[in-house]
Amino acid sequence: MTIGLGHYLSVAAILFTLGIFGIFLNRKNIIIILMSVELILLAVNINLVAFSAFLGDIVGQVYALIVLTVAAAEAAIGLAILVAYFRNRGSIAVEDVNLMKG
Amino acid sequence: MVITAIFFYLFAGVCIASAVMVIAARNPVHSVLFLILAFVSAAGLFVLLGAEFLAMILIVVYVGAVAVLFLFVVMMLDVDFAGLRHGLLNYLPIGAAVGVILLIELLFGVVAWVIAPGLPKAITAPIPAAGDIGNTQALGLVLYTRYVYFFEAAGVILLVAMIGAIVMTLQHKPDVRRQSVAQQLARRRSSAIEVVKVKSGQGLT
Repeated sequence: MTIGLGHYLSVAAILFTLGIFGIFLNRKNIIIILMSVELILLAVNINLVAFSAFLGDIVGQVYALIVLTVAAAEAAIGLAILVAYFRNRGSIAVEDVNLMKG
Repeated sequence: MVITAIFFYLFAGVCIASAVMVIAARNPVHSVLFLILAFVSAAGLFVLLGAEFLAMILIVVYVGAVAVLFLFVVMMLDVDFAGLRHGLLNYLPIGAAVGVILLIELLFGVVAWVIAPGLPKAITAPIPAAGDIGNTQALGLVLYTRYVYFFEAAGVILLVAMIGAIVMTLQHKPDVRRQSVAQQLARRRSSAIEVVKVKSGQGLT
């Protein structure tokens, strides 16, 4: 019944896969895509913290903190772009996003 | 040890189940709420791993800030989410194929890894023994000394993101009357009032 590093890595792998699958599944809804990216970053954080705990090195937690910061910044910027785009076009469907196409 | 295993399977199961619901829920508000549940379960996993500070930060930052931000945007935008789900099944086969292949590859990595023999010597900042100093103090001792530039860089990233988000979403409406403090302070008596001699019985035209 001992919980080893492999257990945590398996959970992180499943979460990562679910994030990738969510991006494919909800290809039209950019809000769900952003949430899937958050899930992927959470899986990466679980990996970092698990290795940090089982190898006895606290630097992994420092990196997890940096990843958390970047994830928060990415969510804020992504949602700001989304709001600005919705004000201009009145839609957030991913297929209609072609303003910058030449 | 059994308690740890029970809580590990509880948190891992809830985390994975809510992650499934995040990508499968019909209503985006439900997706956000399941995302919050996934983050709280992951915080429980972090506590089991001994990373209490990161667990609390995960709850404060993700549940308190990011998830609420998602919730605000989902509720503020008047989007036809049912229309966005149209054609969902077209992407299911390729998504499932990519997901299954990725999962198999990752599980190969999980079952076949070995720790390199030189790794215990390469540890840069060992976790102090339990009961010596807490996780938060140990993290702070490393974060503010050896990794202080990473910490500063994280602050700069947050500042840039904040300014960028404000600039992108701020809108100036021309028909909104605003207070101009400089204009108010620059008023003099001559420009504000005028004394008029009015003859009695006539009134001011």
